[in-house]
Amino acid sequence: MAHERLLPRQYMILALVAVCAPLGDTCLSRGMTSLPAIVLAHPGTLIAAVFTPWIAVGIALLIGFFASYLTALSWADLTFVLPATAFGNMIVEVLARFWLHETISWQRWLGVVLITVGVGFVAQGPSLTEHSKVIPDHGRPIEEEIPQ
Amino acid sequence: MTHPSLWSATAMIAAVVLCSTAGEVLTAAAMKSVGDLDEIRAHSGIKGAIRAVLTCPLFFAGVSFLALAFFSLLLALNHLNLSLVAPASASLTLVTNAIAGKIFLKENVDRRRWTAAVLVCIGVYFLAH
Repeated sequence: MAHERLLPRQYMILALVAVCAPLGDTCLSRGMTSLPAIVLAHPGTLIAAVFTPWIAVGIALLIGFFASYLTALSWADLTFVLPATAFGNMIVEVLARFWLHETISWQRWLGVVLITVGVGFVAQGPSLTEHSKVIPDHGRPIEEEIPQ
Repeated sequence: MTHPSLWSATAMIAAVVLCSTAGEVLTAAAMKSVGDLDEIRAHSGIKGAIRAVLTCPLFFAGVSFLALAFFSLLLALNHLNLSLVAPASASLTLVTNAIAGKIFLKENVDRRRWTAAVLVCIGVYFLAH
């Protein structure tokens, strides 16, 4: 679990979790912005977009993210893995700024920092919340943590 | 890149968020109705575990919504900046999942998670500016 010492291979998996999703989203964005504007009247163009190179690379990276995310969850708590995904928001902004050359205002940076702090705040709590259970003899509810 | 109105930008991000939430809640409900996959695998092997998931209609409903969410994301990225779409859709999905988890899955969402949801909402407000 999270408090145990991680192996180098496990650090590599966490790095993949943090990097694959933002990189995949950036590839999707790179591919979609190079296409002409798509309208809902022609939904077939959205499906055809899946077979363009940048979108295909994006999908492959998102599959890589999902695989590494599930692998990380098999030996770490969700609350340990979640900050890695939240940190992806910062990577997305950096990639959008320096690779896609998007203009990012200071308000947008502030927004991303607040979101990352918000997700990190959840990560400090339990992955499973407590449920109350009633004892038949006394009728008083007691708090019992769900086994993980 | 085109510059859509505030309403169409909001609608595109809302489509991603709502489809993702519906997909994740339905998938979570499906996996809860299937039961512990480790136990099923111990009892009926890996094929039994796969069969248990693939014969659950809720699972297919969930996957269908997740596919819709992906295509909504592609449409949004076709019209809007990545620096807005990615964090806004991911974080708002966190908030709607918390609400849907409480309503539909009867999960106990504690104060810490609601505080995080408020922080996320303020963050998204700044993102949109």
